[in-house]
Amino acid sequence: MITENRIPKSGKGQMMKRYGVWVAASLLVVILPQIFDSGFAVTMMSEMCIAIIFALSYNMLLGQGGMLSFGHAVFYGFGGFIAIHAIKLVNDGASVIPLELIPLVGGVAGFLFALLLGYISTKKAGTTFALISLGLVELVVACVLLFPSFFGGEEGVSADRMLDYSITGFGFGSGIEVFYLIAFWMVIATALMYLQTQTPLGRMANAVRDNPERAPFVGYDIHLVRFFQFSLSGFFAGIAGGLLAINYEIVNSEMIGAIASGNVLLMTYIGGVGHFFGPILGAVLFTFLHLTLVNITQAGQIYLGVLFIAIILWAPNGMAGIIMVHQPIWRAGKIKRLLPSYLAALGAGLVTFFGAMIFVEINYHLSLSIEPDKPMQLLGVEFQANGWIPWLLAIALMVAGYFMLRPLIRKIGRKWDELTQEMQEGGIA
Amino acid sequence: MTNEIALNLVDVNKRFGETEIIRGVDLAVKTGERHAIIGPNGAGKSTVFNLISGYYPLTKGKIELNGQEINGLEPFQINRLGLCRSFQVTNLFAKMSVFENVRCALMWSTGYKYSFWHLMGRQKKLNEKAEELIEQINMTHRSRIPVGELSYAEQRALEIGITIAGGADVILLDEPTAGMSHSETEQAVELMKFVSEGKTLIVVEHDMGVVFDLADRISVLVYGEIIATDTPDNIRNNKAVQEAYLGAEEEV
Repeated sequence: MITENRIPKSGKGQMMKRYGVWVAASLLVVILPQIFDSGFAVTMMSEMCIAIIFALSYNMLLGQGGMLSFGHAVFYGFGGFIAIHAIKLVNDGASVIPLELIPLVGGVAGFLFALLLGYISTKKAGTTFALISLGLVELVVACVLLFPSFFGGEEGVSADRMLDYSITGFGFGSGIEVFYLIAFWMVIATALMYLQTQTPLGRMANAVRDNPERAPFVGYDIHLVRFFQFSLSGFFAGIAGGLLAINYEIVNSEMIGAIASGNVLLMTYIGGVGHFFGPILGAVLFTFLHLTLVNITQAGQIYLGVLFIAIILWAPNGMAGIIMVHQPIWRAGKIKRLLPSYLAALGAGLVTFFGAMIFVEINYHLSLSIEPDKPMQLLGVEFQANGWIPWLLAIALMVAGYFMLRPLIRKIGRKWDELTQEMQEGGIA
Repeated sequence: MTNEIALNLVDVNKRFGETEIIRGVDLAVKTGERHAIIGPNGAGKSTVFNLISGYYPLTKGKIELNGQEINGLEPFQINRLGLCRSFQVTNLFAKMSVFENVRCALMWSTGYKYSFWHLMGRQKKLNEKAEELIEQINMTHRSRIPVGELSYAEQRALEIGITIAGGADVILLDEPTAGMSHSETEQAVELMKFVSEGKTLIVVEHDMGVVFDLADRISVLVYGEIIATDTPDNIRNNKAVQEAYLGAEEEV
């Protein structure tokens, strides 16, 4: 990550420039549910906000601290379980926590759990850390199933979020009220996680990530730097877990397991680990695809997997990386020169994608549907999956798309070289 | 220069498996002196640095820093006791800017520890101190640039900057001028003289011009043993040294 320098410069213009995007994004969060007010849309936006917190907390490990974890959902799930129990206690009249503060209960739970598990796992970074995290998931999931009285076994723990105690006076019966509660915590958590990158600990986490060999020679115990970073990350994961508990009023072992841990890795990586805002984009896109693809196709996981592989191969800095490499070109006013070849490549890419999609869908239909001999529907067209025409079409589209794409990609490469050179000569880059 | 000993190595041994790399090194560096360690390739000079700084554990022997035994301590603990080191291969925080690198190196000694409640942008004194240090190493105009984009000589200068930032009074520099051009070397020597003012400097160096210009005393390390420790003039005239080291160098 290229960390920006923050020598404070006075002046309102500077402030606007730095925080303008964030203010606009927060306003968008407030307005959006007024425009898209269907139950599905509100649920989706609530999930997006939760995913944003979760992914940003994951990036505190991966992007900021150089720790690749396969078990981050452990803290998310644990936060969720403690939060749902906290709500239950209020339901039973044994406690008086207002619902607005329940996410904090999840956060504290995640933090304490991370303190407990983090000390050992952060002793080493790299492969050792990754493998220990993987082991911890298995361990925690086993424990969850071992103590059904607390974790509710397979079906999980449920509670009623409409509590008698409230700070704001809302009853949180409707999805939109819950959305605003989640959005509020999302903004707070995002701001706190951003500020954390600007603290000594946040900076040293970057330093330890960049060069764990050197960091001890500027006086820091790299184990403790990782450990503290890990624990704070567990705090924010716990907040996200608490919010999920409120949103669905149920928490089960799925939330704490390997799939949830894999998902947060996917969304963070797709968004981009190298920039603070990357995971936000990734969380939004991933949640959107995840929830919509489920309704459209059985092969949703395949498309998400392909997207992930494509990002790893061709845009290792994710969506944020793609945006940031274009920033200097945009500023120089030369983005127009790239657009035609980008659009052409997008067209060719879509051709390839359609071919692949037909291929995937007919295979899914043939092997998974109850009656493979019945005609299937794809984008409103009805056809026989076992006929030779769809197969031929799929393969033809893939091949054609590939041969259209290849020269276009080379052309984009040449355009890039041209532009970079021009900008260097102009003294911009 | 006083007669106090800043760094004292007593019968230091290091073995990697069966191979003895350092075979009983005794070395007493006086407080405030500039001490050079020279020797042919593979003599174990960098290993000695790695032992002193806690990077490797000793096989046998004792190392004292200002009278306190430091063998067995972790590198960060030794650093906090007032010893710092640079690396032969440039070893910086690659994705961060020059300014960030220097500021990170200042943080522990200014008492920020693992704080997550101070905002770096607001720490006026710390930021000024970082700017000052960057000026000392002549890199003010480069301070916003990620260190990966610096020239080699600039990276070497920053390496020294980061090494001394914490204010340690014993400074170990591992081949600070390796790979530099003549004029770059001259600048580096000026910088080393400047930053080691009033401190103890121990430097491993191949460039004899630098060594004889900079050092108050020189130790010659050959095959894991120190065969002589003396003033530059005496080292130049020492028969054993000429045979073991300077002679060999001339043949090349």
